[in-house]
Amino acid sequence: MNKKQKKVLTRIIIAAVLMITLSIIPLKGTVRFLLFMVPYLVIGYDILRKAIKGIINKQVFDENFLMAVATVGAIILGEYTEGVAVMLFYQIGELFQSYAVGKSRRNISELMDIRPDYANIEVDGAIEMVDPDEVEIGTIIIVQPGEKVPIDGIVLEGKSTLNTSALTGESVPRDVSEGDELISGCINLSGVLKVKTTKEFGESTVSKIIDLVENSSSKKSKSENFISKFAKIYTPAVCYGALALAIIPPIVLMILNKSPMWGEWIYRALTFLVISCPCALVISIPLSFFAGIGGASNQGVLVKGSNYLETLAKTKYVVFDKTGTMTQGVFEVSGIHHNEMEDKLLLEYAALAECHSSHPISKSLQKAYGSKIDMNRVTDVEEISGNGVIAKVDGKQVAAGNNKLMDKLSINYKDCHSVGTIVHVAIEGEYAGHIVISDIVKPQAKEAIDALKKSGVTKTVMLTGDSKKVGDKVAADLGIDEVFCELLPGDKVEKVEELLSNKSEKDKLVFVGDGINDAPVLSRADIGIAMGALGSDAAIEAADVVLMDDNPLKIAKAIKISRKCISIVYQNIYFAIGIKLVCLVLGAVGIANMWLAIFADVGVMVLAILNAIRALFVKKL
Amino acid sequence: MKKTYKIEVDCANCANKMEDATKKTAGVKDATVNFMALKMIVEFEEGADPKAVMKEVLKNCKKVEDDCEIYF
Repeated sequence: MNKKQKKVLTRIIIAAVLMITLSIIPLKGTVRFLLFMVPYLVIGYDILRKAIKGIINKQVFDENFLMAVATVGAIILGEYTEGVAVMLFYQIGELFQSYAVGKSRRNISELMDIRPDYANIEVDGAIEMVDPDEVEIGTIIIVQPGEKVPIDGIVLEGKSTLNTSALTGESVPRDVSEGDELISGCINLSGVLKVKTTKEFGESTVSKIIDLVENSSSKKSKSENFISKFAKIYTPAVCYGALALAIIPPIVLMILNKSPMWGEWIYRALTFLVISCPCALVISIPLSFFAGIGGASNQGVLVKGSNYLETLAKTKYVVFDKTGTMTQGVFEVSGIHHNEMEDKLLLEYAALAECHSSHPISKSLQKAYGSKIDMNRVTDVEEISGNGVIAKVDGKQVAAGNNKLMDKLSINYKDCHSVGTIVHVAIEGEYAGHIVISDIVKPQAKEAIDALKKSGVTKTVMLTGDSKKVGDKVAADLGIDEVFCELLPGDKVEKVEELLSNKSEKDKLVFVGDGINDAPVLSRADIGIAMGALGSDAAIEAADVVLMDDNPLKIAKAIKISRKCISIVYQNIYFAIGIKLVCLVLGAVGIANMWLAIFADVGVMVLAILNAIRALFVKKL
Repeated sequence: MKKTYKIEVDCANCANKMEDATKKTAGVKDATVNFMALKMIVEFEEGADPKAVMKEVLKNCKKVEDDCEIYF
């Protein structure tokens, strides 16, 4: 608790003790009034002062005014205990609210505690700590074990593992060594790293993320706008209602020649005023969104605004890009067929024959081969563009390439049923088998599609520039409903627009891409999710939701987080408005007295705040 | 031109009122007050002097909520 809160707490305790004591002691008349004024002023002087200031500034209808009128009214009616109690409980409610908000503010900033405080630079052989803002591009910084990487850069010396969990929510450490790119915000775990910075602090990943998270709740959702509009209408409406309740029934009773019961009706009207404070709603809705966004960022899901969280919750269509989103975008050997010699040997010949090429296919062959390649074994290399390679390996002629190469050499080859790029290998003019190279589907991809369907997504669509054969196969393997193949980047925008126009307004469409050359699609969809965005500025700019790592399971997680948050928001809206309406009706007919009203008011607020904080807990979703 | 300011305010409704008051100030094109982050983002009209405008903004905010502060 801060100073202000402690002061209020002291006032609450003093006023409560005085109030209870005074209500036990039998007192009468002016003495009783004067004695009750002590706890009343102790607990309510600031409210009264604010109410008067509000009237002077022509800002009449605020909660201070309501509380002032209700309590002064109660005291005039002789209900001293109730007058003090209303003020007292109102202050307890306010104190709880300010404590809860402060606490969740701290909680959330702790979750996102990735801001580095300093950077180590080497000056004349000694390490010196400096403000990261002062480090220029190209400076060499030292990152010790246990420290945060302050600025993006490239490792010059050293080997270590990094904890990226503050950024990605993933607990598996990442290995880095010389030449690797280093992303700021990670924690260095084991070894000392010498790093050459490639960006300024302000442009580094960590700054961008902090900026994004801190500004996220500034884009307000429809629910938030609804509540602030509602509050503007609700309070004056209830005030006029109270006025009507105080005047109309007694007048009607007088006309009917009955006792007007002024005291009774004014008391009911004052009860109205106590219920009229919209605090519970006004605080709990932004708090829910704030907690939801905070909890999500802790899981490596950055949401750029509460409006996006709201839209995301209505997701019915999810459109994916294939490469880099559902697949790893890295080519790997996925099969070796029709060979008589050992797999390993065939791979060795192919890898050696292609060893001079830097084509992704050759690279994947070399990677699958695994051992170091001895270039001296390879001679007479002849690259036939668009076909493949013919080379002598250990003196034997090896041809490695596609169908066209085999046709050219008039070698009988066996076609392949597998999906992917096929490398046929012939040795000394004899067919030796073929190697299938394909883009590997991410291990969590299938699970991710299942999770999406379970979370209520009705249709999944995949867009790819790849061939129909490859696209269909991946879609079938993963259980994706629809697939559009052989699309150019521009076609993807068109497809998304087509899908957008074919769905109803309230179902939302999400596009998930890796942020590389799909920025136009990301911004065209209702919600653009960029994944694997760690270190990619373009993706962070273009998307509405950013997944820090490239795990497709996080898509469903993001949707679940948004649904949880929104359901809490709606619970709070219905709960708070519902209870208030019930109390208003009960108050009007004289069943609810001021005690019930104040309990309803403060109680609803406390419950709504506790419920809102639940949005923070999203780890197990 | 957009600028972000740190603010101090106790209740969410007061933050909404500050937002309204800021929006109505001359020289302000648009404004958002974020109660949870205690921040105010003000978009100024072209040619407006942020310092002078913010003085007015603070004055107007003080009118609707006495207990607030804007750091600029």
